[in-house]
Amino acid sequence: MPITPTHYMLLSAALFIIGVIGVMVRRNIIIIFMSIELILNAVNINLIAFSDQLHNVIGQVFAVFVIAVAAAEAAVGLGIILAFYRNKESVNIDEMNLMRW
Amino acid sequence: MKYIWLIPLLPGLGAAINGLLGIRYFSRKASGAIACTMMLAALGLSLVAFWQMLGLPADARGVDVVVAQWIPSIPLATSNGQVGMFGVPWGYRLDPLSGMMILVVTGIGTLIHVYSTAYMADEPRGGVARFFCYLNLFCFFMLNLVLGDNFLVMFVGWEGVGLCSYLLIGYWYEKKSASDAGKKAFITNRIGDWGFVLGVFLIYSTFGTLDFRAVQNAAATMPVEAMHFGVLSFICLFLFVGATGKSAQIPLFVWLPDAMEGPTPVSALIHAATMVTAGVYMLGRNAVLFSHAPYVMTIVAIVGVLTALMAATIGLVQYDIKRVLAYSTVSQLGYMFTAMGVGAFSAGAFHLMTHAFFKALLFLGSGSVIHAMGGEQDMRKMGGLKKYLPVTFATMMVGTLAISGIIPLSGFFSKDEILFQAFVHNKVVWVVAVITAAMTAFYMWRLMSMTFFGGYNGPAWETSSHAAVATAAAHHVPHPADPHAHGQAHKDDHEVSHGPADTHGHDDHGGGHGHGPWHGPHESPTPMTFPLMALAVGAIVAGLVGVPIAMGGSNAIEKFLEPSFTASESAVAGEGAAKGAEASAEAASAEHEAEPHVSVNVERGLMLFSLFVAICGIAVAHKFYVKNPEISDGLAEQWAGAHKVLSNKYYVDEAYDATVISGTFAAGKGLWTVDRNVVDGVVNGSGWITIISAWFSGLTDRTVVDGLVNLVGRICEEGSFWFRKIQTGLVQNYALLMLFGVFAFVSIYLFMR
Repeated sequence: MPITPTHYMLLSAALFIIGVIGVMVRRNIIIIFMSIELILNAVNINLIAFSDQLHNVIGQVFAVFVIAVAAAEAAVGLGIILAFYRNKESVNIDEMNLMRW
Repeated sequence: MKYIWLIPLLPGLGAAINGLLGIRYFSRKASGAIACTMMLAALGLSLVAFWQMLGLPADARGVDVVVAQWIPSIPLATSNGQVGMFGVPWGYRLDPLSGMMILVVTGIGTLIHVYSTAYMADEPRGGVARFFCYLNLFCFFMLNLVLGDNFLVMFVGWEGVGLCSYLLIGYWYEKKSASDAGKKAFITNRIGDWGFVLGVFLIYSTFGTLDFRAVQNAAATMPVEAMHFGVLSFICLFLFVGATGKSAQIPLFVWLPDAMEGPTPVSALIHAATMVTAGVYMLGRNAVLFSHAPYVMTIVAIVGVLTALMAATIGLVQYDIKRVLAYSTVSQLGYMFTAMGVGAFSAGAFHLMTHAFFKALLFLGSGSVIHAMGGEQDMRKMGGLKKYLPVTFATMMVGTLAISGIIPLSGFFSKDEILFQAFVHNKVVWVVAVITAAMTAFYMWRLMSMTFFGGYNGPAWETSSHAAVATAAAHHVPHPADPHAHGQAHKDDHEVSHGPADTHGHDDHGGGHGHGPWHGPHESPTPMTFPLMALAVGAIVAGLVGVPIAMGGSNAIEKFLEPSFTASESAVAGEGAAKGAEASAEAASAEHEAEPHVSVNVERGLMLFSLFVAICGIAVAHKFYVKNPEISDGLAEQWAGAHKVLSNKYYVDEAYDATVISGTFAAGKGLWTVDRNVVDGVVNGSGWITIISAWFSGLTDRTVVDGLVNLVGRICEEGSFWFRKIQTGLVQNYALLMLFGVFAFVSIYLFMR
């Protein structure tokens, strides 16, 4: 059975939904980060699949950009998590509710 | 002569030093010395300037020194529709008339300053400095008055001397009568000044300038207003109103007798020798204007001679030594105005000068007597003082003979010149003037008799050195020998001599006695007798500058002063000015033609006659008051009505009280009623209207405007109460909402397409 774009998209959608559910339900902020990475990678799969399908290299270029941005985002996010941990002795997202009224 | 501006400045400087520092820091002697030094320096400068002026040819004796531009030129319309440039320089002008005046002011002023150092020696320290400050300030303003080269500078001096007069009359300000007298003098003078200012305004609007010389030259080109009462007449009338105030003529003479509340040197300097002659000086200064207004000249002559007569009659019956002299001053000023009014400007100015000498002398002499009597001014309590006060007696005798017009003292020449001119111009005026002259001789001799001749009528004094109580009592309780002790006519003088605050320390001071009980009449110390002697010399010789031609003299003073009374020809250039000179020359020649020529013999006869009249006056007074004192009492009883009227000064004060003063009060009260009801009503009404409208405005504000604002606020508050609950602060909630949002949008996109 040849692998068609449909398969890629199903994989990508599955990954995306797993990521979204992870972001929504988990409480550990590191897991949430990891879920965000899953979402990004689901997008990357789509990009590369269509790049291959359509013989257009721009999709791959975008995937590389996404990886770079994800890396930067992870760095910043981890920094924030460290700072937060030093204050609160916790990485539980329920306790990160300072920005409310 | 360039430095004549220093002449007024020096006394001004002395006033500043004494006023700013002296009252607090200087001793009596120091402040006196400063004041005297300044006056002496001013006298020296005046003498130098005068001497230099004498060196000039007669028609060039007019030196203008402009110190600074006072009021810069501003456009101001005159009455003929042109816009002139109104600018006033602070300028001084030395000419024969002002030269004579500065010599009088600084000369007599210096002597009186010296006199004051002794007279005021027992005043409190600060009071002495204040006194000398005022006195110097007075000289400053008086010199500005006489030296000013335009009406405005003169007006500054004019007002300034009025101010100093007020300050010095009220020098003993704790004494009610003194401060009242000061106010009376000041307010009465204001009425005159109102006329003066109107005159000055009219001069500017007519001539477009205020400079004396320019006005003179312009006026000289105008026709003599012989047939109508034109603008020149109005100017002169207004100026004369000013002069009546300053020089105490009818109807504004009432302040001068009251001014005797001031210290005696002040009476001598201000209210006899200098300030009161300012009106005469001003008339002389504007002689050209006045000689173009014959109607006003007639008014001047009539007012002058009536004042002379009225004041002389009042002087006949006064008992206060200073008041006699005050009425005498009013009377003599009336003489000067008479002279001015008949066109004899030189004679008036000449009498001004001689009068300054002998009247200052008489006042200082009376001061010496008062000093000797321990503050007593009532002549009935004097008498026989000749042996106690030899110097004062001798010098006052000179003054008396001079004012009575006894040859060859100064008063004879000046008074005779006036009488002669009056005889030439108007016989009626002459008759009244001669009667006045007889009265003058009478009341002056009466003064001398009551004071120096006869027996001593004053309070007893203790010879022992520790009788302070007895002396104090003696000062106020009249001597048993005094027949008038509780007399009826005693009332009007009583308050003067025994004022409530009779604290001015004449009681017990004087040469060598120090502070202690009064030891009876005594001669005054040298600083007081020296000015007396100097003035006596002046009173003797001052007349010699004006020996009339009829007596082999040359009447030098008339020739000397003449340039000041005519428009100057040399100073003006150009066509119009030449015309002016011509016109003035014509006017002068016309005057000469109109003047009836009187032979020398008539003049001599008049002199003998006036001398005879004076001697008669003296003889009658001598008979009444020295030989048979009971005659005068008998006369007073026989003519009780007349005596009462005279003693009460013709009830002029009462008449003014009843008319002008109560009228003013009534008008003030009426205006106050209008003020309170109408003006205040309008103001209060508008206030109420504002308050009510403000209340409504506030109500609208509170309900409508505030309501709207509050409504918006409530809406925001209530709304946000619900909306803020969305802000949980939990990232996952936001993310969930975002997800729902995306889901919703994507659904819409997909299904609504």
